[in-house]
Amino acid sequence: MKPAPFEYFDPRTVEEAVSLLEEHGEDAKILAGGQSLMPLLSMRMARPGALIDLSRVAGLEYIRETDGALAIGAMTSKRAVERSALVKNRQPLLHAATLWIAHPQIRNRGTVGGSMAHADPAAEYPAVALVLGAELRAVGPDGERSIEAGDFFVSYLTTALGPAEVLTEVRFPVLAEGTGWGFQELSRRHGDFAIAGAAVILSIPGRGRCASARVVLFGVGPTPVRARGAEEILVGEALGPPLLERAARRASEDLDEPLSDVHASAEFRRHLAGVLTRRALTEAMARAGGG
Amino acid sequence: MSGVAGARRVRLTVNGVPHEGVVEPRMTLVDFLRGELHLVGTHVGCEHGVCGACTVLLNGKTVRSCLMLAVQADGAEVMTVEGLDQEGRLHPIQEAFLEEHALQCGFCTPGFLLTVYELLAESPEPSEEEIMDALGGQICRCTGYQPILAAVRLAAAKLQDAGRGRAAGER
Repeated sequence: MKPAPFEYFDPRTVEEAVSLLEEHGEDAKILAGGQSLMPLLSMRMARPGALIDLSRVAGLEYIRETDGALAIGAMTSKRAVERSALVKNRQPLLHAATLWIAHPQIRNRGTVGGSMAHADPAAEYPAVALVLGAELRAVGPDGERSIEAGDFFVSYLTTALGPAEVLTEVRFPVLAEGTGWGFQELSRRHGDFAIAGAAVILSIPGRGRCASARVVLFGVGPTPVRARGAEEILVGEALGPPLLERAARRASEDLDEPLSDVHASAEFRRHLAGVLTRRALTEAMARAGGG
Repeated sequence: MSGVAGARRVRLTVNGVPHEGVVEPRMTLVDFLRGELHLVGTHVGCEHGVCGACTVLLNGKTVRSCLMLAVQADGAEVMTVEGLDQEGRLHPIQEAFLEEHALQCGFCTPGFLLTVYELLAESPEPSEEEIMDALGGQICRCTGYQPILAAVRLAAAKLQDAGRGRAAGER
């Protein structure tokens, strides 16, 4: 339970971090808050030759509202997100999801960018990014680029970040008037990774028909996934419990074979996907003022 | 910026006392505290962030000392269970744990004490929900938790009575 030896670097700027990534290539690993990476190092499931610690890079910790979105620096701690009045007021889904993540002692160190770049399929933040259509900003040798959340999560622990790119910011759009959100997950104990979870947003302008719907499931496949079949059932309709039930059933049926492991069978995860989607949709409908 | 596979100097303050060491970058903070500084009050349990036994305060915030490197604590202020000492007397939080029988084997206790210290510093009169949220990440296999919850309530009352409730940190 001790990490294998590595070279340690603590750059002061993003540009230095990028140069180090270029220099060390595939053998390098970025260390953000370390709350996922440190266990992997200690168990030697990860053995990078070079560890590039971002904790002394200036200017990556902030939460600010800009262009209809909350822009959050990659090294902002989950505790800071949890306690931000701006997040609570302007992006309550992100606030609610944060409370599901691990424990205060972990949230004190764990970062927003770290969760995204680690891309654990059972983690909350990637699902929140996907359901909100967040934009992830990364800096690499060729400068900055923006990646849509829908393109960012590629597979289990794998993202669209290039080998020499550093994630610097995540922009979570704020919800428009008449939009409601729901977030549900099941874990054996509070703070454990989700066995399965659902994050949804419903836009119901003027309490009329559903104008748009996004339904995301997590913990059920190699990445968080959109349940597009369920979304299609909802859009354009006047929502009510029977329709939400039908959409939830569709979300469950449409899933690719979910993961089966010591925590839950694939069958149970598929069942949960339906139940949690229905509950999240019900919450979202109430918050949107519809139904 | 320097990259070294070998030794690297770490300077930090632990319980108000400056310390210095030369360590491999792969050494965790908990191994530094115990193995290099001989502050063995901080216990190391699961070594992957799950049990909470190694919880210490880093610049006033609880962290798992097994989930960070000693080199990352360079320049930081760390508080361990040894720092609760009040010139040879127990801290009111420790008194409360003693009086409520909130420990049996004691392995998890240092992590609990520092977690409660942070909680009461931030929220001198915590709600039940706040207490549960703060303690949720700490595992105890002896007590069944109820005596620990009682000890947190008693500690809050003791600190309030002593007029020190503004900040549990005023020792």
